[in-house]
Amino acid sequence: MIQFRNLHKSFGTQRVLAGMNLEIPERSIFVVIGRSGAGKSCLLKLLIGLLHPEAGEIQVNGVDVCSLRGRTLNDMRSRFGMLFQGGALFDSLSVYDNVAFPLREKTRFSESTIRRKVHERLAQVGLSGIDEKFPAELSGGMRKRVALARALVSEPEILLFDEPTTGLDPIRVNAIHQLIRDLHKKLRFTAIIVSHEIPEIFSIATHVAMLHDGTIIATGTADEIQASPNPVIQQFIHGRSEGPIEAN
Amino acid sequence: MFTLARSCARLIYFTLSEMGRMGIFLATSLLQIVVPPLQVTQLLRRIDFIGARSLLLIIFTGAFTGMVVAFQGYTALRRFGGEAFLGPGVGLSLIRELGPVLSALMITGRAGSALTAELGIMRITEQIDALEVMALNPIRYLVVPILVATLITFPLLNAVFVVVGIYGGYLVGVELLGVSAGSYFSQMSSAVTSADVWGGLYKSLSFGLIVAWVCCFKGFYAARGAEGVSHATTQAVVMCSVLILVWDYFLTSIL
Repeated sequence: MIQFRNLHKSFGTQRVLAGMNLEIPERSIFVVIGRSGAGKSCLLKLLIGLLHPEAGEIQVNGVDVCSLRGRTLNDMRSRFGMLFQGGALFDSLSVYDNVAFPLREKTRFSESTIRRKVHERLAQVGLSGIDEKFPAELSGGMRKRVALARALVSEPEILLFDEPTTGLDPIRVNAIHQLIRDLHKKLRFTAIIVSHEIPEIFSIATHVAMLHDGTIIATGTADEIQASPNPVIQQFIHGRSEGPIEAN
Repeated sequence: MFTLARSCARLIYFTLSEMGRMGIFLATSLLQIVVPPLQVTQLLRRIDFIGARSLLLIIFTGAFTGMVVAFQGYTALRRFGGEAFLGPGVGLSLIRELGPVLSALMITGRAGSALTAELGIMRITEQIDALEVMALNPIRYLVVPILVATLITFPLLNAVFVVVGIYGGYLVGVELLGVSAGSYFSQMSSAVTSADVWGGLYKSLSFGLIVAWVCCFKGFYAARGAEGVSHATTQAVVMCSVLILVWDYFLTSIL
């Protein structure tokens, strides 16, 4: 169980989170929706300790992440994987070395075990046979899938997805969503997905929350969110320019 | 008046906090050097980039610096009939001053700027965040190999610069202007002491530390996209160049 309690975060004068509360059940596919700049990516970075809140706490199975430093923070991070918006693949490493990187640096597996695991993950994301290519030689969709393979290779308990399908065509969007659902079925991790792909993302979500004005204004199943009478939610999920949310 | 005072206070606050951050960054990087394991592959990659790939540039600039010093030195010494002292003039100026300073400035332009840009791009494309998420210390993984590589390569490149410069001076002084080859080298070897050589070595080591420190810091904390990286790169090169010259003055006054 992951719990965000009364979380506050600002960047200069811009307030991003204002007393946000949220509970994320284990092994769920939890999707967070909201406008650009609403603080969704910030939420993921706070959870993994890349940012620190001004107030509030984030508990992962009862441990306050915000109070962790050094080795204890690294131990906690070892339970996480993250798929960054742009993939964040290391430019100087090949696809194989990128995926093998966490295993080489954080485990004592033999090179043959690493090779087997890397090839297994690359096969799962449908990218066998591109070991020697470099990130610059890949399309956006392929980069995201390699990044997904890298995030999965150390078998994390919790996987964070920061807009995993931004900039991809509709076919690739659905392919990535399908892939996340299939891998979730097999590996049973907790997935927290920040996404703008509405309504496509609802097809894989077990839970959805909407972040607006620094707080979570609704949580529920995808159906519950879509049926919500809240005009803010209705305007957002239908992409209307007129309504309580200002377009600018 | 009040606005001016507030701007000054803000500038002082920003400068002090930036200095504090830079100090903490250097201390953390130096501490991480002794934390095993050293990233050997990364270190070799950096030695290749900073050292081996700068070699041609250093040879070229070293040769022409030695040649210019010999020309200028000969013109000045001839007025007093002291052409025989051309060797010590070229040797001492290269070993004590020009070798460490010019080689450091050249490496800053060629490799320092590229290192800032590389780390800056890693920052804005979240590659540094990815390392942190993998529970790896990005300073140990990215900065320490650069720091160690500069400490190894700067003195070596300085030595190459000086040797090539001395032979450049020989070419102009002896082959072109007719100074005796014997007096060029014998006067040089009697005038140059081991303290001069050690002084040049200390200088190039400290310049290596300055370049790694400033360029890594500026790249590591680059922000605001491509413009931020460009800004960080410019700042790194300017700051390194100024710091090298200022620090050179202090070292020269105590060594």
